[in-house]
Amino acid sequence: MVASALPTECTPQVKHPSGAAIIAAIKAAGVGEIVALPDIVTSDGLLWPISRDPELRLTRICKEDEGVSICGAMSYNSTRAILMMQQTGLMDSLNAIRAIGVDYELPVVMMVGLQGKEPHIHPDQSASYGVRIIRPVLDAMELSHSLIEWPGDEAHIPQAIEAAYATSRPHIFLIGRAPEAS
Amino acid sequence: MHRDAALKALIPHIRDDDIVVAVYQSCFDWLALNPRDLNYVAVGAMGQASSHGLGLALANPDRRVIVLDGDGSLLMNLGTLVTIANAGVTNLYHFLSANRVYEVNGSHPLPGADRVDFAAMAWAAGYASVQRCTELDQFIAAVPQVLSSTGPQFVAMELTEGAPYPRDYAYIHSAQARASFREALNRR
Repeated sequence: MVASALPTECTPQVKHPSGAAIIAAIKAAGVGEIVALPDIVTSDGLLWPISRDPELRLTRICKEDEGVSICGAMSYNSTRAILMMQQTGLMDSLNAIRAIGVDYELPVVMMVGLQGKEPHIHPDQSASYGVRIIRPVLDAMELSHSLIEWPGDEAHIPQAIEAAYATSRPHIFLIGRAPEAS
Repeated sequence: MHRDAALKALIPHIRDDDIVVAVYQSCFDWLALNPRDLNYVAVGAMGQASSHGLGLALANPDRRVIVLDGDGSLLMNLGTLVTIANAGVTNLYHFLSANRVYEVNGSHPLPGADRVDFAAMAWAAGYASVQRCTELDQFIAAVPQVLSSTGPQFVAMELTEGAPYPRDYAYIHSAQARASFREALNRR
């Protein structure tokens, strides 16, 4: 049985992560390249601010697996990049991630908005099948991932990016709540 | 025009510091005809060669990136034409082996094999310039100007298969191929 979402007036209020802090953490990790498709979870708090940030070059793509290849290829001379997308695009890109990230051992770092996830619910308990299966799918593929939901979760971003490039393996940040721009 | 003849005609115009990204049979032909450390062969998933090329072009603006793509591959990633044309890269040169079949998968015909116009697609996507070459002489004449022009440039090579060069899948997916490319890229 699939749980239904609470009516809006009953939804517990939760705090959201800071888009500005996420962007600062990305920069702190030496990332200068953003490769992205729009995602409604990260649109206002991340992608629009990134698009106006002169310290980050934004390459807009047409389909998510392009981004896996672009970021993987960039890594050959240690150019650091982040691929932004929605979880639907992540699912659509699994073969590219399998081949380029895992088989080829390249540090493709992704930031994935969990569109349709209830802000107050852990993704594994979401009423949305498309959200609920994401972490188990990533686990089945032995892909490193972490969740950004609460204020303060941004702090682990630089370390996770460093680890991805140090081990030359993918990492996926799952964005469980829409970041606030500030 | 046979593919190996076209690729042989391309070889004299490749600089030592150029990156060549090649896929499937074009890759196998190229590896036999022009083995070099800056051949990038690990594209991983069908259709992705030009996207790897774009990543390399963005990250290595002082080098030319030459993509030897396949038509079946391009059809799996058509949005790449729009992405490349709008990414601001001027150092990407996209050569398409258009033999109209899925050659390494049994030579089945492409959808629309008898009429799809790849050069028109690239032009409509916004490439700086596009060419469509059906004869070897025409291709030989076009290459110098293409490679001396500001990218992204697109050349549809309407061709047939040439000599049967070996399909060494183990090499193109090998850690050795990736390591030798990485070492060559970062040598200077």
